[in-house]
Amino acid sequence: MRMLRVGRWITAIGLLLLAGVYVRALAYTPVERLQGLAQKIYYLHVPAAIWAETAMILVGVASIGYLFLKDPRLDRFAHASAEVGTVFAIILLTTGPIWAKPIWGTWWTWDARLTLSLFLFLLYVGYLLLRGAIVDPGSRARFSAVLGICGMVLVPFIHLSVYLFRTLHPMPIILKPSPPSLPPSMLATWLFSVGVFTLLYVGFVVQRYALGYLGERLEAAGEGGGHA
Amino acid sequence: MRSPDLLRHAWTVAAKDLVVEFRARTGILSAVVFVVLVLMVFNFGRDPTAVSNLVLAPSILWVTFTFAAILALNRAFQLELENQALDGLLLSPISRSSIYLGKLLANLLFVAVVEAVGVPLVALFFNVDMWLHITPLALIIALATIGFVAVGTLFSAMTVRTRFAELLLPVVLLPFMILPLAWATLATTHVFAGRPLSEVGDWLKMLAVYDLVFVVLALLLFPFTVNE
Repeated sequence: MRMLRVGRWITAIGLLLLAGVYVRALAYTPVERLQGLAQKIYYLHVPAAIWAETAMILVGVASIGYLFLKDPRLDRFAHASAEVGTVFAIILLTTGPIWAKPIWGTWWTWDARLTLSLFLFLLYVGYLLLRGAIVDPGSRARFSAVLGICGMVLVPFIHLSVYLFRTLHPMPIILKPSPPSLPPSMLATWLFSVGVFTLLYVGFVVQRYALGYLGERLEAAGEGGGHA
Repeated sequence: MRSPDLLRHAWTVAAKDLVVEFRARTGILSAVVFVVLVLMVFNFGRDPTAVSNLVLAPSILWVTFTFAAILALNRAFQLELENQALDGLLLSPISRSSIYLGKLLANLLFVAVVEAVGVPLVALFFNVDMWLHITPLALIIALATIGFVAVGTLFSAMTVRTRFAELLLPVVLLPFMILPLAWATLATTHVFAGRPLSEVGDWLKMLAVYDLVFVVLALLLFPFTVNE
């Protein structure tokens, strides 16, 4: 299928460029004075966090569209975005502790930001489990759209809540109201990485969407022609 | 539909559920006994010489309420599954929103009864003087309960018609409950420590916004969970 191939190509280019992010971060970006090499993980951690949250919002937007238009393509996209979001949430939750161990001296603390990232991940898991538990495609699409919209609405609450709790986690240094407080070379590496993660998100979603479509066709063919 | 009708019909639906509950009394009795048992279990997980009761009481109170609420919410639409009662309800000449509001009201009353039993029990078992803080505590409990029961009522309408309903509801719902729960627990801790309510204004505002947003959202989304 053409779409699947396109998705594979985008992902392959994304992964190749990801190697470029590593090279640039390690060889061409200055080492941070206080955190040393541990800070390098920032170039993966923050882009993953951005896409983990954005993917949930896109699930919600597609879900609203689905409830109005009843277009199965939107449901398929929501499913794909949720699965890819789960992957980014896992990247977020694994790179975090790797950084935290040398800097905080512990893999995990029940800090507000950490706890809430874990909840974002569990929100995705809940969404995917709900999808898996419904057999009828129509109800599956409607129910998961309802959950997807609620999930999207929850994201700003999670985000706001972080500012209300006293937290150990470093405050945002780029996505904040005032200009970024970061040397230009670090900012460039970071922006490059955000671009690569965007490409990876698109590549993964296109592949997952194509697989979802093939899965649905297989299901339909199975119903028509005896057992699949 | 005029709004007086909406509320009148909602009350009819709620009254029906409450009459069923009152005549059988199994649900509410089980929930109350469950609360007592959870509180007893907590007794094994604490060391009164290391952590004072006053520090633990807010968490114990809210964890107990969480479990009890999930139990109660599972019940709400389970009632309607027998003899296709839900179809009857949907065929009746009332709007979907009144059905949701009615279910929400019945659930809120159910959970309120359980909480009204839970609060004095926590006071008794863990030796906390709740009477002193009863007004702010009641406000916090009301604000938090409305929020998660609103989301829970919406989700239980979906999960009852899936496989593993009893297991799926907590998995889907808990990520949504954690935020109001965290705010409520923090506010309760402050209140028990004898601090004025104005200090927890931020948490109360967040709870109020959460309630408002999710009650409105659930009203809008509920029709999609029952329409075929």
